[in-house]
Amino acid sequence: MSLAAAQERAAELNVISRKQRSLWQDARYRFVRNRAAMFGLVVIALAGLLAIFAPVLAPYDPTATFTAGGRQAPTLADPFWAGTKYVDPRYALGTDQIGRDILSRLIWSSRVSMVVGFVPVAIVFLIGVSVGMLAGYHGGWIDQILMRITDVVYAFPDLLFLIIIFATLRTHPIGDLMGGLVLMFAGIAIVNWVGMARLVRGQVLSLKEKEYVEAARAIGAPATRIMSRHLLPNALGPVVVAVAFGIPSAMLAEGTLSFIGVGIRPPTATWGVMINEGYQVFSTSPWPVLMPAACIAVVMLAFTFVGDGIRDAIDPRMKI
Amino acid sequence: MLTYVVRRVLLLFPTLFVVAVIVFALAHAAPGSPFDPNPDRPLPPQTVERLNRYYGVDRPLYEQFAMYMGNLVRLDLGRSLVQDRTVAQIIGQQFPVSAQLGLQALFLALAIALPLGVISALRQNSAIDHGGILLATLGTTVPSFVVAIFAIYLFGLNLGLVPLVGWGTPKHMILPTAILALGATAFLTRITRASMLEAIRQDYVRTARSKGLSEQTIVVWHVLRNAMIPVATIIGPATAALVTGSFIIEWFFAIPGIGREFVLSINRRDYPLIMGVYLLYALIIAVANLVVDIVYGLIDPRIRVSK
Repeated sequence: MSLAAAQERAAELNVISRKQRSLWQDARYRFVRNRAAMFGLVVIALAGLLAIFAPVLAPYDPTATFTAGGRQAPTLADPFWAGTKYVDPRYALGTDQIGRDILSRLIWSSRVSMVVGFVPVAIVFLIGVSVGMLAGYHGGWIDQILMRITDVVYAFPDLLFLIIIFATLRTHPIGDLMGGLVLMFAGIAIVNWVGMARLVRGQVLSLKEKEYVEAARAIGAPATRIMSRHLLPNALGPVVVAVAFGIPSAMLAEGTLSFIGVGIRPPTATWGVMINEGYQVFSTSPWPVLMPAACIAVVMLAFTFVGDGIRDAIDPRMKI
Repeated sequence: MLTYVVRRVLLLFPTLFVVAVIVFALAHAAPGSPFDPNPDRPLPPQTVERLNRYYGVDRPLYEQFAMYMGNLVRLDLGRSLVQDRTVAQIIGQQFPVSAQLGLQALFLALAIALPLGVISALRQNSAIDHGGILLATLGTTVPSFVVAIFAIYLFGLNLGLVPLVGWGTPKHMILPTAILALGATAFLTRITRASMLEAIRQDYVRTARSKGLSEQTIVVWHVLRNAMIPVATIIGPATAALVTGSFIIEWFFAIPGIGREFVLSINRRDYPLIMGVYLLYALIIAVANLVVDIVYGLIDPRIRVSK
């Protein structure tokens, strides 16, 4: 579709549903003007590119051992590390305690982080929106079951529950799939879908009393159409915000679990695993720990900026 | 009100029961037993059998569960499979360390967050306000173990001001307390600031100002009193979060608290200990939430608990 045609089509659509489009256009306008959010978006885009092109960009195999029997300081040594003897220009950020290239490991880790951020949140979105929508719209037994599940899930301290899931199922065949990634997806989704379902349910409960829903029902629109065309678009604002904050919190869960040694299995490189492994020699060679820690901090900040930006853009009144 | 409190307290039991069932099921879904032959230190089969019998691991699952719940009612959490102590003894010896760490962090967080939040709101868009927002963003965003890594690198490794790990002397406590407090400080600052801004815009503040009351009187008697309600209610969950969330910091700084014990027990598959500590954590959080709901009704006359 050419640009002119696209614009024409957009104008057409604008006539049909002006109110709704202008709301999202408004939001986009506010978001683009938010400098912190745009900065965060750029960082995330870069991290995403690193993740996608990891096999091309990483200079070495992230799990192969190069400098046998010892770690090497980064070439770009900072004043504190200058005293370290081994510096090899082939390994720009040095090697870790068993001689693996840190730069390559950092790059491959971004892959795990991105996947762990997005996949479980996509699952949470699908399950949470469907269940919340059904529970809110139909009420009845679906709603009752959802509310009882919610009561139970809210009783679990969530990070601790994830730890229990991992501690017990890690040695199970399920925990072995893809080096623990499948269990990570499932665990994070199990802990988080309920919150999403409750959020959507609350939205739907108030939206379904609106006149336009009643009007749609009056002209005989089927429930599926009302849900997908009338309720979903209008409930989407808070859901998008929840998704934006869900992604970094899923990444953080992976980082924390791997850091205490129950998350993704070594030798797979993730920032959390790198910190866990490097911490044993932290006092003599801090760089294998500092660099993944910095990566986590930067990515978490970027996602928070974007999340804050989206929240402010969608509903300027929602402030905390 | 009393019926409400009683009902909520009674509701704790089914909740904790479900928690116990699920954690028990998960713990026993894990393949293998803690007494599986270890290639490094082979045990004679008779010994393994005797151990299994002693700890009841050879019985059917439902029997084990019934036994566990029966003991739980008598507050007997069983024996650790690895250490020569009962779970209750371990909790009794090590929970105080976590509680101390958590409470120190709570007081530190309150001492910083309350003034900072109040001043931020009163002087909106000032340097202090921006500083407060920055702290709030960093504190809620950057994970505590990442902060811990950089803090220990700077203050411990390079400046040598504090010991790297351990617990006991005040010097050991500074970094873990401060880092654990950071998240809570950020969160409480946000809440205090938002709640102050909300209170400042209320009609009764405008009325007070139009009556000609001094700014100081307005802030102390009209704004602060109302702004503190949400803050007061959040202190309960914040305490619970600090006490149960300290396991990362305890693990990092090798602090002999119950959180570190929890992580250790998970790596050692010490199921009675895992379950005991988890139930303790769930209980702390459930009680904290309960206290909030009750206190909220007590201190804010606008909220009436539905019967």
